[in-house]
Amino acid sequence: MMDNGEYDLVIRGGHVIDPALGFGTNAHIFIKEGVIVEVAGDSEAAQKQIETLVADRVVKAEGKIVVPGLIDMHVHLREPGREDEETVESGCRAAAAGGFTSVCCMPNTTPRIDNQETVKFVQDRANNADARVYVVGAITKDIAGKELSEIGDLVKMGAVAITDDGNYVQNPEIMRRALEYAKMFDIPVMQHAEDQYLCDGAVMNESFQSLRLGLKGAPAVAEEIAVLRDIALCRMTGARLHFQHITTRGAVDAIRKAKQEGVKITAEITPHHLVLTDEEIGKQFNTNLRVNPPLRTKRDQAALIEGLVDGTIDCIASDHAPHSAEEKDCEFDKAPPGTTGLETTLGLVKTYIIDRGYLNWADAVKKMTINPARILNLPCGSLAVGSPADITIIDPDKQWAVQADKFRSRSRNSAFIGFKLSGQVYRTILGGRVVFEQ
Amino acid sequence: MSRLNSRHLLGLEEVPKEDLTLILDTAETFREVLDRTIKKVPTLRGITVLNLFYEPSTRTRISFELAEKRLSADIVNFTALTSSVEKGESLRDTVQNIEAMRIDMVVVRHGSPGAPYFLTQCMDANIINAGDGAHEHPTQALLDMFTIRKKYGRLDGLRVVLVGDVKHSRVIRSNVWGLKTMGASVALCGPATLLPYKIEQLGCDVYTNIDEALEGADVVNIMRIQLERQEAGLFPSQREYTNLFGINRERLKRLNKNYTIMHPGPMNRGVEITSDVADSDSSVILDQVTNGQAVRMAVLYLLRGREGEMGE
Repeated sequence: MMDNGEYDLVIRGGHVIDPALGFGTNAHIFIKEGVIVEVAGDSEAAQKQIETLVADRVVKAEGKIVVPGLIDMHVHLREPGREDEETVESGCRAAAAGGFTSVCCMPNTTPRIDNQETVKFVQDRANNADARVYVVGAITKDIAGKELSEIGDLVKMGAVAITDDGNYVQNPEIMRRALEYAKMFDIPVMQHAEDQYLCDGAVMNESFQSLRLGLKGAPAVAEEIAVLRDIALCRMTGARLHFQHITTRGAVDAIRKAKQEGVKITAEITPHHLVLTDEEIGKQFNTNLRVNPPLRTKRDQAALIEGLVDGTIDCIASDHAPHSAEEKDCEFDKAPPGTTGLETTLGLVKTYIIDRGYLNWADAVKKMTINPARILNLPCGSLAVGSPADITIIDPDKQWAVQADKFRSRSRNSAFIGFKLSGQVYRTILGGRVVFEQ
Repeated sequence: MSRLNSRHLLGLEEVPKEDLTLILDTAETFREVLDRTIKKVPTLRGITVLNLFYEPSTRTRISFELAEKRLSADIVNFTALTSSVEKGESLRDTVQNIEAMRIDMVVVRHGSPGAPYFLTQCMDANIINAGDGAHEHPTQALLDMFTIRKKYGRLDGLRVVLVGDVKHSRVIRSNVWGLKTMGASVALCGPATLLPYKIEQLGCDVYTNIDEALEGADVVNIMRIQLERQEAGLFPSQREYTNLFGINRERLKRLNKNYTIMHPGPMNRGVEITSDVADSDSSVILDQVTNGQAVRMAVLYLLRGREGEMGE
């Protein structure tokens, strides 16, 4: 049924893919007051409806792929504390440029997001930003791993999950209590799973490459052990547990097995762990390849892809971690870990996952829309009528090169500078407003 | 200009056999210079060399300084303890300031692997790695190889055992790459906790039993065992290390005749090596020190020196 009134925006003639609705066909999307009011297949009636609209309210999407606004469930916005590296505003601009309409920001800011005031501060900064910001609070006060944050308060203020990201909750007693406590609020506990004792001082993966380069390595088993422990705690408590940026074959196998058994766990991986290995660090000691957890081996990479394909891995998240040029322009082992990712994720997924036949568009989009939305209970991730009009339009075969001076992010520490990618964001629409145009 | 395939010496992993041979051959000429009354040639006259030492070093720094002086270079010494590093200046800024002073060559010792490569990205000078973390120490390995070659006339086909903290040793890494390129057979031996993960991919024979490692070897090169490794819990005590891995007279029986004892120094006498072994006729430990100068002169010359001024 067509609405009789004027539409604010119509997306015309794109190939619309909505994994949540099992939808994948050419269609027009009609938007009014920031909400999707109609998704109509191509018909004479629909064409007529569009013809009555003035041109600036029509986005011509012929030949493009139209998907629900992408969700990045793992982003560092650096505000408060490191506004030189990123702000909520600049991070959301980067998100829009990367096709993301929703991002979840991590609490390891300065000060930490471990109380209501800081949650509120970030939310206020996100008003009128180019993306929706969902705040993830800290599991423990000051991310110190010792005492639980006031998790009830955090949730009341709108935190959608808790994590001590950057740090593993090393003490199993604290982790057990966090899972039990979070269960009361039906939010997931998100874990950076790497045993700190095994990773002490490490700056890359422990492998033949760390041996060659003389750099201290973090063993893959540090992740596997952390994952196995938390699966056991999750099984015991019945809470919801989400593993952040999984990187190893051992962890993928453990997660697969636990899921088969019915343990309530979910997992994400990053594009950089999917695309790069520790061999890329090489004798150039490129500090943009210093990430945490570290780039692993080809064997691990193959396991990540298998996990992505068979559903063991639910989500793709960027772990966008901006750092200042000064901090990255140094010796490898002195550089802070992290690569930016918001503006390269979609192109990397298209080039390295879709084009190589591992996932089709619908399955890839699912891991960046409805899957994270369901894990976090977010009101987005679908094009269902009545949903907020958060929409990403993709030019699927557009070739482009990643250039440092083109980033909207305040930081340029991308592991992918110089990469040639296929598939680029064409328009990003947030609540019916075009927030990014290529 | 450089007569080598690279204008820097950052490590031995990538150095081809022809370059290693050229360095060792050139060092023979400079070794003769060291036996002259006047131990100085004009090769690097007008060239300024900076010795940039971010870590304490006695013998490597002095060896480089002497090599530079004997080649008539002008020398500047920079040590981290007396510099603005303590004021928080970045490596790039420090180096660019130094470059602004018109330095031609830099010899760098740094705790971070890859720091010498980083220098090549911030300045035009020729860079020589004098040890970067656990990564490489190419001139030490070159002088070890020179010393071995001097005694046997070859490296090809010899069996060399490197004993000690393989995990943290840049000297061992550089020796492995260089010796393997030159056709030697290399064995590594140390406590399992000081053998790096995936060591089998190096293409060396790996032992945790010293007696097995020494069986049929020609050269044993013994690394200093550092007290802080014990403190970090990597082995239980120095006493036990000595019992299991210390080189003493008894253990030498397993070596081939005409064997050679080496140690890059500084030695912990009575810990990784007994005094009688260190001071025996088979020990070339002091020759290593002398040869180090010749090898460093060769590297400096090949990277920057003027043709035909080797000291004829």
